[in-house]
This record gives sequence, C-alpha cells and structure tokens, in this order.
Amino acid sequence: MTATIFWQLLLGFGAISLVSVGGGIAVLPEMHRLVVDVHGWMSDADFARRFALAQAAPGPNVLVVGLFGWHVGGILGMLTASAAMTVPTSLIAFGFSRLRARLLGRPWLRIIERGLVPIAVGLIAASGLILAQGAAESWVTAALTVISAIFVWRTDFSPLWVLGAGAIIGVLAL
Amino acid sequence: MPTRTDLFLTYGKIGLIGFGGINAWARRVLVEEKRWLTEQEYAETLGLGQVLPGPNALNAAIMVGDRFHGAIGALLASCSMFGGPLIILMGLAVLYDSYGEVPLVKAVLAGVAAAAAGMVLGTAVKMAQKLKPTLALLAVGLCALAAAGFFRVPLPMVVLGLAPFGILASWYGARSK
Repeated sequence: MTATIFWQLLLGFGAISLVSVGGGIAVLPEMHRLVVDVHGWMSDADFARRFALAQAAPGPNVLVVGLFGWHVGGILGMLTASAAMTVPTSLIAFGFSRLRARLLGRPWLRIIERGLVPIAVGLIAASGLILAQGAAESWVTAALTVISAIFVWRTDFSPLWVLGAGAIIGVLAL
Repeated sequence: MPTRTDLFLTYGKIGLIGFGGINAWARRVLVEEKRWLTEQEYAETLGLGQVLPGPNALNAAIMVGDRFHGAIGALLASCSMFGGPLIILMGLAVLYDSYGEVPLVKAVLAGVAAAAAGMVLGTAVKMAQKLKPTLALLAVGLCALAAAGFFRVPLPMVVLGLAPFGILASWYGARSK
C-alpha cells in the first residue's frame, strides 16, 4: 500500500464517518462516491458484491469498509479503513457517555432519551424489512423470513436455531 | 454487574453471531440472556447511538462498556465486538473471489440471510411490545419504519427529522402522567 492510498483511506473514511448519523450504512452512497467515482478503486458491481459479502458475514455492517480497504491496500488497507471509520466517532461516543453520566437523572435528559427510543426500534424494523426484501429470492426464502420473525417474536429460544435451520433449508431447497 | 472478562467475552460473542447486523443480537444477549440492561435501558442506549455519528452498534457498545467499567470497559466491548468479525472478514476477503460463486456457499448464505432478516423483524416487534409505548411514541416509531424501510429516506434525515417529534411525544407523555 502506498502512502498516498493510506492517506486517501484515512481521510476519506474518517470524513465520511463523522457525518454517519443513524449508522455506518447511512453513508453507503458517500462510500460509493469515494471508492468508485472519486478514486476508481473498483467497479459498481465490485462495490455491490463486497457490500453483499459484508452483509452475509456476522458483525457490524460497517465492516464493509474493511473490504474496500483490503481491495486497495491488503491487510494494512483493511485496518486503516476500519480504524478511520470507527476511531474518531468512538471517541465522540465515549465523550458523550461521560457527559451523560454527569447529567444522569436530569428530567430533560430522561425525556430526550425516551424520545429517541421509537427511532431506534423503528430503524431496527426498517433494517429487517430491507434485509427481507434483499433475501426474498423465492417463496422458500420469504417463508423462512416470516417463520423466523414469528419464532423470535413469540419465543425466547436463541435465534441461532433459526439461522441454523436457514442454512440447512438453504442447502436442501435453494 | 459483569466483570471485565464478562464484558469482553459477551461482546465478542455478540460480534460473532451478529448476522443481519449487531443491534438485534446485542439486545438478545444483553437484555434476555445476561439481563445486564432492561428493555428500556437498551433501547435508550441504542437511540443515543443512532443520533451520534458513527456505527450505532459501536456507539452503544462504548456506552454499555463505559457504564460498567469506564474507559477500559468501553475499549474491551468495542474491540471484542469488532475483532472477531474482522478476522472472519479477512478470511472471507481471501476466499470470496475463489468460492463466492460456488452454488452450495450461495445457498447457505441465502438461507441464513432470510432467517436473519426474520430475526431482525421479530426483534423489532418484540421490543415494541415490551416497551409499551404511548400512542404518540408508537406513531414516531412507525414513521421511522416507513421513512427508512419503505421510502428509503437517507438515515441522517430520518434520525434528525424525527428526533424532535420523538422528544415532543416523550415530553407530552411525561407531562400527562
């Protein structure tokens, strides 16, 4: 990895991370602009494939930046891009967490915190919906999604059971 | 209260099983399995994580880690949540170009993705049910779902646009109690 690419990864993803309100995936269009349009590091299709791979893997979706970094700079590129995307905002979150501890119990803080709850839950539902649309390739996968949702909603068994079942049904039926 | 080792191992586990995104799994482990946070506490932490810039699951992990063990806790939770998946992703980055198009691999991934999507949806329904929101808060949540899920409004606009309404609904609920 050249020094130029190192700085491009560091500054590019660092800047993007600072505007990623709502989550790392919120800035996917900006990432596309950086990686495909500005630097021409990969094609449109490569970008989409890497995003799909990061979605399929466990862990924070934002790790897709690691795959972009890998593509242009190998393992160092992966670490640079991941760090640029996570370290600055983590420091902000930590500072905020400290501030919150000092303000604990203030009625206005309680009201703000409670007011943000429906956005958090609504966005989880929205991400489930978007994942479901992407996963619905046939009636088998659509049925799998519905059954899995009901299982997780109505029971307290570990959702790992439905993931395992999903893998097996995938092999048998798809 | 979890020890530092607990915090490290638990967030490591959340990262590694976090198919379809971390948040639904973090809730499952922290609220249902470990009972370190209540449903309400987890939802509030995640809500703050959404408003701050950066990956919201990471922001939430830092706040949870800090709550139990300060700066060390924040570091342990965030590093273990990212470490495992990062190693897996390195392996995938190497393998994917050779094996990504193998039909068996594609079939397994498609099945897991469909189940994970259902898991995330089921979690949202479960949270909504357990949090027992007021009608006004529920309406804000449904707006967030519709805006981000159906109309694909950019997330920063959804979060910053709806936050004032959420806070208003929360203030109204607190006042009428």
